[in-house]
Amino acid sequence: MTKQVQQLDRVIIRFAGDSGDGMQLTGDRFTAGTAEFGNDLSTLPNFPAEIRAPAGTLPGVSSFQLHFADHDILTPGDAPNVLVAMNPAALKANLSDLPRGGDIIANTDEFTKRNLQKVGYTANPLEDDSLAEWRVHAVPLTSLTVKALEGFDLSKKDAERSKNMFALGLLSWLYHRPTEATIQFLETKFAKKPDIAKANIAAFQAGWNYGETTESFSVSYEVKPAKLAPGVYRNISGNQALAYGLIAASVRSGLPLFLGSYPITPASDILHELSKHKRFGIRTFQAEDEIAGVGAALGAAFGGALGVTTTSGPGVALKAETVGLAVTTELPLVVVDVQRAGPSTGMPTKTEQTDLLMAMYGRNGESPVPIVAPATPSDCFDAAVEAARIAVKYRTPVMLLSDGYLANGSEPWKVPSAAELPDISVDFATAPNGEDGTTFLPFARDPETLARPWAIPGTAGLEHRIGGIEKADGTGNISYDPNNHDKMVRLRQAKIDGIAADIPELEVDDPDGDARVLVLGWGSTYGPIAAAVRRIRKSGGKVAQAHLRHLNPLPANTGEVLRSYDKVLLPEINLGQLALLLRARFLVDVISYNRVRGLPFKAEELASVIQDVIDSE
Amino acid sequence: MSDLITNGRGLSLVPKSDVALGMKDFKSDQEVRWCPGCGDYAILAAVQSFVPELGLKRENMVFVSGIGCSSRFPYYMNTYGFHSIHGRAPAIATGLAASRPDLSVWVITGDGDSLSIGGNHLIHALRRNVNLNILLFNNRIYGLTKGQYSPTSEVGKVTKSTPMGSLDKPFNPVSLALGAEASFVARTIDSDRKHLQSVLRQAAEHRGTSLVEIYQNCNIFNDGAFEQLKDPAQRDEITLRLEHGQPIVSATKAVRRSADGGIEVVARSEVREEEILVHDAHRADPTLAFALSRLDEPAFEHVPIGVFRNVDRPSYDELMAAQLEEATAQRGAGDLDELLLAGDTWRIG
Repeated sequence: MTKQVQQLDRVIIRFAGDSGDGMQLTGDRFTAGTAEFGNDLSTLPNFPAEIRAPAGTLPGVSSFQLHFADHDILTPGDAPNVLVAMNPAALKANLSDLPRGGDIIANTDEFTKRNLQKVGYTANPLEDDSLAEWRVHAVPLTSLTVKALEGFDLSKKDAERSKNMFALGLLSWLYHRPTEATIQFLETKFAKKPDIAKANIAAFQAGWNYGETTESFSVSYEVKPAKLAPGVYRNISGNQALAYGLIAASVRSGLPLFLGSYPITPASDILHELSKHKRFGIRTFQAEDEIAGVGAALGAAFGGALGVTTTSGPGVALKAETVGLAVTTELPLVVVDVQRAGPSTGMPTKTEQTDLLMAMYGRNGESPVPIVAPATPSDCFDAAVEAARIAVKYRTPVMLLSDGYLANGSEPWKVPSAAELPDISVDFATAPNGEDGTTFLPFARDPETLARPWAIPGTAGLEHRIGGIEKADGTGNISYDPNNHDKMVRLRQAKIDGIAADIPELEVDDPDGDARVLVLGWGSTYGPIAAAVRRIRKSGGKVAQAHLRHLNPLPANTGEVLRSYDKVLLPEINLGQLALLLRARFLVDVISYNRVRGLPFKAEELASVIQDVIDSE
Repeated sequence: MSDLITNGRGLSLVPKSDVALGMKDFKSDQEVRWCPGCGDYAILAAVQSFVPELGLKRENMVFVSGIGCSSRFPYYMNTYGFHSIHGRAPAIATGLAASRPDLSVWVITGDGDSLSIGGNHLIHALRRNVNLNILLFNNRIYGLTKGQYSPTSEVGKVTKSTPMGSLDKPFNPVSLALGAEASFVARTIDSDRKHLQSVLRQAAEHRGTSLVEIYQNCNIFNDGAFEQLKDPAQRDEITLRLEHGQPIVSATKAVRRSADGGIEVVARSEVREEEILVHDAHRADPTLAFALSRLDEPAFEHVPIGVFRNVDRPSYDELMAAQLEEATAQRGAGDLDELLLAGDTWRIG
């Protein structure tokens, strides 16, 4: 039987199941196949904070959304075209996101009376008319998997566990994904358990063959590779890119990396990743608490290391005092905040942009720190290098504001070569800098950067003491002199403000140069904003877009850019934190759009907001 | 055995000075600003006059402190120094010592700094055996904040914050450190320079965390807290000197095994010489050292001073460095291009 092949320009699939069903792995492997095939893609995992919520319940549903296309795309997609529902809970939790007409592939074996009852279905939705407006493919995934594995020496329970691979095989057939890499992956993953590897591969192939032969699927789909810039690509998540960026910063600065960290969602994967790369001379220290994590990083920085601490919002709160110490002792430090929904514990696995003001002001005293925010998962790499560059050049803590959406989302990344990365090497102080030729002044400053010398223990003749008490300008000795304090407060501020001359100007994307409305963003809203801007332009609307990567100091031309548009719209996943800063600084009547749902914006949603602002002109 | 344990490994990685240094080389140009009569002066002088003996390069010594009267100490040492945050000195020093095995790192802390706000960092530094010498100045009071009770103050202490007496049972720093299985734990007194320096010497030579409790008099807010141990009329009776391989005795008392399996203090005249417990600082099991640490209860009837425990186990920096070396030996030094291109990649164009 020759089946029909239909061409599509893009597809959004959501895999959903119980958190024990292996949906994240299934999504990862489908993504790898998609990347290998050459589509552009963007992913969004969505999982509960509970490791194993009770099986079959709504809180236990874990999902993975993948958007892939034959052109460059910017987001994981607003709504799926296809929902893979491994059980009734997965269907119930995700159906409202699936537009009418979308495909549902449901594992009928799990639609038992008991499982239906668990989530409040009184009748089986696969058997009544309630799903009439969708295209339902009812597939007994579990029993087909068990049947396919009959020849294997496996318990029924173990065989059932391969059902995610059966589903992956089926979807791989449906969208013409290459299979070789997944087979290799399974062989490697289960190298020590060859029987399990073979069973998973058999389940995967059975899923593929099922698609080929069953009448449930009469059409398969092809999404041609995307035309991306030439180069070598890999798929990368934000946390992995951030970890790699820190390693790159260590290599390019010539400083050994010291990570002091305490486990916290959604930042722990950076600790995990860095701990794998000890052959780069990286020391990873899982501290007793958040405070010790940053303290050890600062102590290592005093000793000449690239000191880094990674955390999420609650951890930043605990680290505040030490960040203040780094501000006043003027030592380099990178503080990574993978923001999550707050306040307090909030929603640990959900994303938010609500730590901007904490990063900016969350310390006692006048305590300025530079802030850098990546825009996309792969941009976490460059942002980490940039944060380290500023930290070591200006001898200052730098806040790097990622978030849960970037951390776990992934996209293809054009891999840079090490040589093309910026050289961020530093010179430690080696000789006295006093006028008499013998005195060392730890708080004398470079006239251009206002940075103080970094003299590390082991350097003869530069023995000096630093600390949290106010220091006399130049000598660094304890000082309670009122005028000295005023001077030091201003010097520390001027040093950070001066970084504006060392960062790129804010670029505006305004193709015809005649837009009256500017939509501004920062951090992870880049994708949805850019996708929304495309929609507006496609329908003939005029809108300019600019995205801030440096939040402190702001690019030198920020005020000028804001003032050159009639209206400035600023979507943020908070209640207007950047808007507050911009209004105060530039007296520009920024229009805020705020949603704080723990989820990224949708392109369609933002397009409609932008259109409203244009229409109100 | 003594040689095996204190083999100087603690200092073997720290570069030696080419020239002989003296006490004046370790005095900074800063005016010392403790209250006149403070025990801190004696400790500072003891440290400044003792460290030249170690023969280390001055630039490879670092003093890290928290907050409190004692924590001003680094400003007065002409070495590298870091006056940090209340309670956090062990954490900050951990990052430094773990990444710089070539440094002799000293943490200066007080009873409030190390046992109250910084209790967590202290026990974790001890358990990890970070290569630090922690000098805990115990004056049993908050001095810098002007006289509140501390976590080592005796129950019922009447202070500004406890007008009817404090309620909380104090920590015994030596017991706490032994409970955390610290590899080196000692106690000494600010007024006994000879003893103080002998303990500091052993602490410096020990690689790993050395915790030295120093009884220190605060003559403003808690004067005479350790008077019994200084008063010539009674100090020799009260003080049980701990010296490895020597019987544990004071002028009039001796320590022996008790019938219930513990230890007890008895009059020397009532005990045969062979019954007296001989101190073994290198004993792997810390329980006997712990029992010794309990002898000052209640109220300083007899107080052991000296090195309670001095055992050899790998220090944290050594273990960390070994993992880095092992990873490099297995797969070679890291190559950034290779790392970035590892895994599934594809080429376009």
